[in-house]
Amino acid sequence: MNYRRSYFIVTCLAFGFAFLYVPILSMVVFSFNASKLVTVWDAANSPTLKWYYSLLHNEEILDAAWISLKVAVINASGAVILGTLAGFGLARFSQFRGRFTLNAMTTAPLVMPEVITGLSLLLLFVALEQLIGWPAGRGLTTMTIAHMTFSMAYVTVVVQSRMATFDTALEEAAMDLGALPVKVFFVITLPIIFPAILSGWLLAFTLSWDDLVISSFTSGPGSSTLPMVVFSKVRLGVSPEINVLATITIAVVTMMIVGVSFWLSRAARSEKAAD
Amino acid sequence: MKSLRSLSKIGVSGRGLVVTLPYLWLLLFFVVPFVIVLKISFSDIDLAIPPYKPLIEWIGKNSLAIKVNLNNYAFLFTDPLYLHALLNSIKVAFISTLLCLVIGYPIAYGIARSASTTRNVLLLLVVLPFWTSLLLRVYAWIGLLKANGVINNVLIWLGIIHEPLTMLYTPFAMYIGIVYSYLPFLILPLYANLEKMDWQLLEAAEDLGCRPWQAFYKITLPLSRNGILAGSMLVFIPAVGEFVIPALLGGPNALMIGRVLWDEFFSNRAWPVASAVAILLLVLLVPFMMWYQSVQARETAGAR
Repeated sequence: MNYRRSYFIVTCLAFGFAFLYVPILSMVVFSFNASKLVTVWDAANSPTLKWYYSLLHNEEILDAAWISLKVAVINASGAVILGTLAGFGLARFSQFRGRFTLNAMTTAPLVMPEVITGLSLLLLFVALEQLIGWPAGRGLTTMTIAHMTFSMAYVTVVVQSRMATFDTALEEAAMDLGALPVKVFFVITLPIIFPAILSGWLLAFTLSWDDLVISSFTSGPGSSTLPMVVFSKVRLGVSPEINVLATITIAVVTMMIVGVSFWLSRAARSEKAAD
Repeated sequence: MKSLRSLSKIGVSGRGLVVTLPYLWLLLFFVVPFVIVLKISFSDIDLAIPPYKPLIEWIGKNSLAIKVNLNNYAFLFTDPLYLHALLNSIKVAFISTLLCLVIGYPIAYGIARSASTTRNVLLLLVVLPFWTSLLLRVYAWIGLLKANGVINNVLIWLGIIHEPLTMLYTPFAMYIGIVYSYLPFLILPLYANLEKMDWQLLEAAEDLGCRPWQAFYKITLPLSRNGILAGSMLVFIPAVGEFVIPALLGGPNALMIGRVLWDEFFSNRAWPVASAVAILLLVLLVPFMMWYQSVQARETAGAR
């Protein structure tokens, strides 16, 4: 490739990444600050882990984190099943009744403003309760259903795009050798698209773990999630404990993403080597 | 495609089984709710639980009354607050999308033209903030922008300013928050589009005497049209209804329609008015969503 790297592009990249990362790094740095003023560095007593200690003893945050974790895990597992089915169907069946509708229904949640999704789901739950008595009140169940509805759309996109790029010859060969479609799916297709399903699961988990707006609409008393607690704290201004929470989140996410991409690139290399 | 033919041997029942579950799920939890929102937007406000009156009522023996109440919509169009909020949201979302394009295009372009090892690292760096909580990343800007925040402290320390600047709770802060949060959504589709570009076209243009900027304007820009459109829609549509960022960074005067809806619902308990706002917003955004879907369809068709 005969491409002269232009200084303009390099400068843009440098500024762009600085823009993306300075806020994140500032939270990490100030999580070790002793001062309650958060952004005023207390050089005498810093760095300190005291806010880490106080976060880990904050019952309200720990309870909320436990609720968020439960919702996120159930949501991700459900969304992966629904999204894989939808993504598989959309990628492999070029024509079926309702294809257009299914495609539209899996694209729209990606861009739908959260306030609309949240409000509409809450009104559905209220109407259902009046009509058939289920769900009785709002809480973990309604919140999980709401999360699954928007996260499955993301899983669908991930699975669908993976399906579109892989060689169908293996599936055909298996079918020519007499394997039933269900067996072909579990023995051939599923292992090949597994990385996409894993990314889909992680994506669905994160979306649920981070969601504030849809959770606020669909949760009930006593089921405040972590983002809801954080939001009510942050509205009152900066808090050193939130910086700690951010730092822990960033550390976990970074390890997870780097780990998964390392694992995926190794898997891709060994696949290439096997060819 | 042979696989399609062999798969089609399963017949409609097999396909039906695969897609029925997600189809029904989305129908019940994504489409039906909008019908209910529409219905409630025509109801009266009531001091009850839930706080709206039924649309259909039995009045006396064997008679059914359907009361369609247009007051909520009339209210939206008479009180200037709502239209003002709607127009302001469109303006904010539009300007934010342009800013994202100006900042994101060179980044996506730079990544697409890097060597493949650097490219993966850079892509990872773009995706990483997206995986970290949006709420926490918006929160980070409070610490940077507030009166005794990081930016003011640094500028005072450098002697550039003597009094802290008021940045938090201004439109400026809101734009920063939106651009910052939505930038990855623009970079990724644009990168995916630019990655497929045949760069030899640019070399050919240069050999024929085209200046780099001219080549960019005449070749790269038109060819990346779908990427630009897809990325812009992913920023514009959700940004119009954004709630968290104006609520945290924009201050009390940041009038955005998502915030108005939230307040109608949570503070005023005016569910019918909130529903009418949602319908209004939806009517405005559906054309853009359909546009996005057709752009996406063109992109996937082009990829094959």
